[in-house]
Amino acid sequence: MMDLRRLFGSRTASAPVARERLQILLAHERGLRGQPDLLALLRSEILTVVSRHVVLDPEKVIVRMERGKTVSTLEVDIEVPNNFERSRAVAAT
Amino acid sequence: MAKVLVVTSGKGGVGKTTTTAALGAALAQSGQSVVVVDFDVGLRNLDLVMGAERRVVFDLINVVQGVAKLSQALIRDKRLEYLWLLPASQTRDKDALTDEGVKSIIDDLRTRFDWVLCDSPAGIERGATLAMRYADEAVIVTNPEVSSVRDSDRIIGMLDSKTVKAERGERVEKHVLITRYDPARAARGEMLSIDDILEILATPLLGIIPESQDVLRASNVGSPVTLNNADCAPARAYTDAARRLLGETVAMMVPTERKGLMDRLLRRRAA
Repeated sequence: MMDLRRLFGSRTASAPVARERLQILLAHERGLRGQPDLLALLRSEILTVVSRHVVLDPEKVIVRMERGKTVSTLEVDIEVPNNFERSRAVAAT
Repeated sequence: MAKVLVVTSGKGGVGKTTTTAALGAALAQSGQSVVVVDFDVGLRNLDLVMGAERRVVFDLINVVQGVAKLSQALIRDKRLEYLWLLPASQTRDKDALTDEGVKSIIDDLRTRFDWVLCDSPAGIERGATLAMRYADEAVIVTNPEVSSVRDSDRIIGMLDSKTVKAERGERVEKHVLITRYDPARAARGEMLSIDDILEILATPLLGIIPESQDVLRASNVGSPVTLNNADCAPARAYTDAARRLLGETVAMMVPTERKGLMDRLLRRRAA
């Protein structure tokens, strides 16, 4: 009986996983607290820069963040049509 | 000097109302004059848990809007002389609460009571921010479960930035109260332990309330658990927590069920 319980115990010891997930998540969320939404800010500034050169559909600019334990990745996905139009500001120069 | 204490959590269903009623009653039992204030406008429940639902005439919003005087809206507990309730409105929505209105009511309550316990609604919207706005102390009710701990962390951040005390550069005195704790499951590694939660939230512990049928039993009959059966495990844990709020040093432990023969028979019958 004791052995069975121990077996079950090791299988269901999910609390350490919960603790680790919380620690990573909260370290990140505390860093963002009180700051404007970083992703929204990045998205709008990237859109502004790229739009200086290429006419873009704002809906087609996607910024994603994937958080890892030690490093995070920032993924910027901008869809540009094949026969894209140069922005006027650039075309004029 | 009156103390304003907010009972908050972010997440719903973790035991804010139960805690407000239980701590309020425990403080009143020790001779302190206490008012428990329901901030959950539109979804009031403190009246029901306190067993005063049929005695509500005026409410918090009526007082804010000048329809009723504070003294008309306060309901005295039938069991404890020093315990009072200020109910929330059930019909209005939370936008009826204003910052100035809440301030004037809290200022008034401070002159009449030793303790003003504000039962916060769940969430981080207006009702919750106004419930904590004028607090001197906060009890953050947390279940040993990831979503509750995350929301508690968020609420702690708000207590440190959005309260009047924080804006003045002072600190709201914060305490974590862990509810629905099951020591056996924590020991088996199935549930976040007390140490895990305290390490993550970095906030002092006020008490540990064990998971117990006595909590539901008390709310069923409309009595704070500390009054309904003062000897049951959650009641003893709440009473200890109240003593810590009063500045006493009480050894921290998880009260367990006392299983006598009668208890076991009753339990079987109840189950």
